[in-house]
Amino acid sequence: MISLSDSYYQLFNLPVAFEVASDVLQATFLRLQAQVHPDRYTSGSDAEKRLAMQWATHVNQAYRTLKEPVSRAAYWCELQGQAVNAEYNTAMSPKFLMQQMEWRETLGDASSLAALESLQKEVSACRKQTLGKLAQVIDVEHNPVGAAELTRQMMFVEKFQKELNHAFERLEG
Amino acid sequence: MALLQIAEPDMSTAPHEHRLAVGIDLGTTHSLVATVRSGSTDCLPDENGEVILPSVVQYGAKGVLAVGRAALQNAASDPVNTVASVKRLMGRGLEDVAHLRLPNELVHAPGMVQLTTAAGSKSPVEVSADILKVLRQRAELSLGGELVGAVITVPAYFDEAQRQATKDAARLAGLNVLRLLNEPTAAAVAYGLDNHVQGTYAVYDLGGGTFDISILRLSQGVFEVLATGGDSALGGDDFDRALADWALAQTHSPELNSASYAQLTAACRKAKEALTVHPQADIVCAVANALDLHLTVTAEQFAGLAAQLLHKTITATRRTLRDADTAADELDGVVLVGGSTRMPIVQKAVGEFFGKKPLCSINPDEVVALGAAMQANVLAGNRNEADDWLLLDVIPLSLGLETMGALTERIIPRNSTIPVARAQDFTTFKDGQTAMAVHVLQGERELVAENRSLARFELRGIPPMAAGAARIRVTFQVDADGLLSVTAREVGSGVEASISVKPSYGLSDEEITQMLKSGFESAESDMVARALREVQVDADRLTEAVNAALLADGDLLETADKTNIEQLLTTLKQTRDGEDTGAIKDACDAVSKATEAFAALRMNRGISKALTGKTLDEVAALPSSSAKH
Repeated sequence: MISLSDSYYQLFNLPVAFEVASDVLQATFLRLQAQVHPDRYTSGSDAEKRLAMQWATHVNQAYRTLKEPVSRAAYWCELQGQAVNAEYNTAMSPKFLMQQMEWRETLGDASSLAALESLQKEVSACRKQTLGKLAQVIDVEHNPVGAAELTRQMMFVEKFQKELNHAFERLEG
Repeated sequence: MALLQIAEPDMSTAPHEHRLAVGIDLGTTHSLVATVRSGSTDCLPDENGEVILPSVVQYGAKGVLAVGRAALQNAASDPVNTVASVKRLMGRGLEDVAHLRLPNELVHAPGMVQLTTAAGSKSPVEVSADILKVLRQRAELSLGGELVGAVITVPAYFDEAQRQATKDAARLAGLNVLRLLNEPTAAAVAYGLDNHVQGTYAVYDLGGGTFDISILRLSQGVFEVLATGGDSALGGDDFDRALADWALAQTHSPELNSASYAQLTAACRKAKEALTVHPQADIVCAVANALDLHLTVTAEQFAGLAAQLLHKTITATRRTLRDADTAADELDGVVLVGGSTRMPIVQKAVGEFFGKKPLCSINPDEVVALGAAMQANVLAGNRNEADDWLLLDVIPLSLGLETMGALTERIIPRNSTIPVARAQDFTTFKDGQTAMAVHVLQGERELVAENRSLARFELRGIPPMAAGAARIRVTFQVDADGLLSVTAREVGSGVEASISVKPSYGLSDEEITQMLKSGFESAESDMVARALREVQVDADRLTEAVNAALLADGDLLETADKTNIEQLLTTLKQTRDGEDTGAIKDACDAVSKATEAFAALRMNRGISKALTGKTLDEVAALPSSSAKH
């Protein structure tokens, strides 16, 4: 019997891994919501309504966690007992930090769409490369410590991506 | 307690009875009501066969003079007492709406602007309620009974204050709100169910006073809203004003007062509508002692004037596509909704941006009401095989808390699928601090002052500790109706405080009750009879639900538990036919409590079925299993 305390992987009937088949994940998500969503229980008892709300919230949370590669990697680390602790652990490799500083400088100076697009290419390439490494560290090496560090890096990249999006929005007016 | 269908006291509600429910599109320019009857969804017409009710109310010394077409006709002769575009005032302060240059006398009031009319001071909520009352009466006459409830549509980008004002208006009109549904989502439901489409679609919804853009994915009978965005203060009205300002500048006309300006914008609206079919149109407007204007505008000139407004919609569209993690060229289609999308310049701009011809095969005026009616039918409990679909909606604006330095800490980001819950830990910043203020905010900005304040409460009784030692967990929960509740709890001591968020600028419960009382002629005894009927209907629904559950999954129960539930049901049946409202409630509670564990077992069975049931077929039907990066 499945319960609210089971892991998200169990809930979605998926192997505990970094690589997840996104179409299977989505299909399962829709099937689960079709079963547990509160709109299915509008004529139900109060107990059913409460449960539906709890489960639908849980399924949404699980889906969101497993859908995004960064939250999925962080969740995998947590399951291995290796918390990512991004707020406390800010130690990063000097090379990575240098790159971050360069990006920030480029972003600060960028005044044209072309400059932003060129930076976007660089960020996308870095993102793709780091995700590849995460797949290697988690699915091949089963290395939680290495995975946690890469996940922290990815969190920086995602944060930077958001700032880049804002910059695009400002230019597009 | 919900207002429910009233039947004769000796008639019990038959199982599977069709419950009367409607969808209402409460629009800036016009409003409609629709329902599902014997499998077909239709907008309900008035006695003249008109489905569209202009959203206009005229007030006289004794109250409402006219609603709809009659009021619209009187707008020119009695501009101050005739209220149009009231939707743009909902949940808004005087400073938010001054630029609209409405002909009415607007006065400042706490939380929401008020209108001064011959019938006295009117809140936008009351004006909207007067429109809703007409639609409710139309529906009840046409359907021949009292409504179980209504789904009312709102622009996706409406904030909490605007939503609450809409709910208040519905309550004031005697409607039980089953749900507020986002307009583009309603349109997508109607469009999707009508055409059996699959894939990812954008719904571009330009109404009279609001613009919404939503990205939805339709598959496996689920409508999943991926992202929604827009501008709750941009609509067809603004195109009229742009044209009016241009006309004034062209003719070097003097400044107009609001009433004359309203006549000019009405003339400009006519010209705008003419431009949908003609290459040019005349703007003709004469106001005694103020204006005598006659000039021609070409489609090209109008396109120039509208460019800025269209650009704003495209910018919002870009941001929403990014939120949905998709791109314009990845979409399967774009659906146009709202009367303002009839403008050829809008269709052209949307077509160019998405690189495909927009779909506008459905009547853009009716589609929102039709979708709302379909959702109302399901929420009222009339689900059948044909209605086997589900809607997964999102919150349109981020929710957060005030932190140090008057900054906003985001707890639930915009476009999160609901229901959703998020917790975040905070701490104390002073030694011995025993209380913490929680200020709940809505919006995307960093600074507290630029976001909308939803609620404030205090967590008290935190044991004195060194600064930073307390761990205060704040949990935000948004239910499937979009209703937010916030709980703050000190983890060590367990002290807790919580609030159900209801913005402070709507009407208070007391005000609504007072307004309802003065509106109803019903005596005290009617209220008692109504309360009894409501609890009886609840009892019948519960009985029906539990019996259906026992029939489907009774095998999950031990014999003793099953017997216990059956006995409680018998007790409930006996009490239900009496007149003791309290006793019926108690009997209901006893059944609810006894079936809690059963409900959990059933939910588990359902989930297991969902996980194993159709998996193989569906996976085989998918093109290929690609890894997600």
